[in-house]
Order: sequence, then C-alpha cells, then structure tokens
Amino acid sequence: MNRLSKLMLCSLLAVLLGTPMISAAADNQATKKKSSASKAKPTSAQPATAAAAPVAAAVPTPEPAASAPPVQQYQYPTRPAIAGGANPFNRLLKVARRPHMPPSEDEIHDPTNEGTMILQQPLDAYEDLPKTETGLGNGVHWVKALDDGNLKPRWERTDPGAEPMVMDMNIVRVPKSSVPDVVFPHRQHTLWLACSNCHPDIFIPRKGANQISMAAIILGQKCGVCHGKVAFPISECKRCHSQPKKVAVNGGGPVKP
Amino acid sequence: MPSLIRHTLLGRMLLVWSLVIVATFADPSPAMAEYGDVVINNYSDAAGMRPVVFPHWFHRIRFRCKVCHADLGFKFKAGGNDINMYKIIEGKYCGACHNGNVAWSVKNCILCHSGKPGTPIQIHESTMQELAVPVNTLTNKK
Repeated sequence: MNRLSKLMLCSLLAVLLGTPMISAAADNQATKKKSSASKAKPTSAQPATAAAAPVAAAVPTPEPAASAPPVQQYQYPTRPAIAGGANPFNRLLKVARRPHMPPSEDEIHDPTNEGTMILQQPLDAYEDLPKTETGLGNGVHWVKALDDGNLKPRWERTDPGAEPMVMDMNIVRVPKSSVPDVVFPHRQHTLWLACSNCHPDIFIPRKGANQISMAAIILGQKCGVCHGKVAFPISECKRCHSQPKKVAVNGGGPVKP
Repeated sequence: MPSLIRHTLLGRMLLVWSLVIVATFADPSPAMAEYGDVVINNYSDAAGMRPVVFPHWFHRIRFRCKVCHADLGFKFKAGGNDINMYKIIEGKYCGACHNGNVAWSVKNCILCHSGKPGTPIQIHESTMQELAVPVNTLTNKK
C-alpha cells in the first residue's frame, strides 16, 4: 500500500509538473524499487540515479536528495514518436465530433421557454443531407447538398425559381509555409453568395492585393468572416489547402509559373 | 518519521486527487448549440425578453447567404446590425420574411426570443469564441 500510494503520487505529480514521464514509466520495476527504497530511507545520502532524478525532484518532502539537485539527463526516445515513418498531415489534431443537440438541451436555448420545444431539431433537418468526413461544424457538406439536389435554398427571397449567377474560376494561392497550396473555387462561393458580399470590402478583386494569413482568419478576417463561424470550420484544413505544392527538383521552394 | 511521511503523502495525495475531481466536475456543462448559432442580445435582456437565438443552419437550408447578407443588408457581424422590433415590424431585417407571408410573423415572440437570459452575444463555436475570447468573459455590453 505504501509503495503503491507513493507510485501513484509520483506519477500524478510528474504529470502535473510536466516532468518527463517516460523516465518514470518506461523503466523496469527494479529501478522503481530502488527509487522507492531510496525515498523510504531519507537519511541515507546515496547518489540518486538518473531515472530517479525527476521523481526525487518532484517530491516536495525535505530530504537530502532534494536539497542537492541531481543533474537531469535527457532520455533519448528509443522509438519514433509516430509509427509508420512519414508524418501523415494533421493526424494528431483530430477534433471530437460534437453532438447535434436538440434546442432544449443545447445550453443556449431556454428549456423553460415554450417556443423552444417547437423549434426544429438539427438532426431532423440533416437527415437527408450529405455529411462531411470530419463531421466538424454542422457536419453537413452544404455544397455537396446543393450539387446533389438535396438542398434547394432560395436565391431570391420570394422567388423560388431564381437561379444564382455562378462564376467558375479557381484561384490558387501559394502559402509561404510548407502546407499545400490553397485552391479558392469561385463556383462554390457564388452558389451561395453575391459578388458584393466579398468584393471589394473583404477581398480586393485584384491579383496580389490581398494579404491573407491564418492568424487573420482565426481572428475573423478575410476567409474567417465566414469560415470558422458559419461556413465549414478552419479545422478542415484540407478543404482549402487542397493542392500539393510544386517543389523544384533541387528541393527548393515553390516553382513560380 | 516514516508514519509521518506516509501521513503527509496520503494527505497530499488526497488533496491532489480532490483538486483533480473538483477540476473535472466544477466546470458546468458547456453549451452544445449548433455550429453557427448566433445569440443576439443587444437589447433583449434590458427589455426583459429572452435573447434571440438565430440558427444559421436552419436558414441556410431554406435561403442562400446572399438573400440576407446582400439583399437585406445583414452585416457579417454578430450583434452588429442594431436590429430592434420597430425595424422588424417595418419589414427590415428579419421582418422582410417574418411577416406572415414568407415565414411566420413576428407575433410568435417566443420562437426567436428563446435563449437563456443573460447569454452574451456570440457566434457559437466560432474561432473567435474558442481561441480569443472565452465565453464566460464576454459581456453583454456591445
């Protein structure tokens, strides 16, 4: 019980203090016995081993080993952090899907309001609509729903038959970093929006006139006026950064056309 | 001496675990409204009404963005349109459709004014909300 409680305490404190847990967890049981034995006898001034060093530093009990801080040695990892070689893009940044709660349980609508119970529930509305792979945001592939004909939202307020003026023109933007290039499709945007929604207030309709960064987008500017608020969220990186970067033969930067 | 250490260790362990448990359960259940739900609370709370919850998902199933954001003049800014009931009854903003012809009329107060009292203006689940300004530090003033 004593050893178990100490082990639990050490592991918890190590996690809380951000010390390298690998050295405490990956070592064999003999090292742990040794470290616990060294802590059980605080009067013996034996030099602490490298494995026991972070644990001894983490325990806030007044003992001689803690007063003379031992040198912490970096533990080189014995196996690669990601199994399988090359790093698949963004694989560690998966975001949990959100449940599409009915209005009475979504913590924003007032369940004591009678009208809340009358409102349509999201999952009822999404039933026939195509879903995105990630399920982020609404989890609905709104453009695909338009293309497939599952969705026929009006283009004019009172005219169900009005059709949008679709402009099919892609714009490729080359980011400075190593992320894939951005392909901006006018077609999907003009299915929903009028030109005046974006031009010229948000985007100046001239090549090279718009400085766009992910920081600005996250703060709700440029693409972030819609994306990250209503249109698909920015955590769906690949839907914008969709074109592989063209890399020169010498491995240099992007090739300029 | 060892019994004292054990006592203090157990005491510390209990303290840490209790802190962990408190941290796990102290946070109230986060709002799980739909992505893009807008809470509009410019005047509602002060007027004794529940704030308005505008579901983007519901409206984009029926209308394209352009109808409201180009034709009706809604700016891309939550709480930035200064909507009040006078304008709506005159047929501006929400009143362009919620007039009993295109959609149900403004007499159905509780369908729009359905938010929890005191809910701040927000676009639910937006990047601004999640990364820049935590919800519980937002104020209702502007």
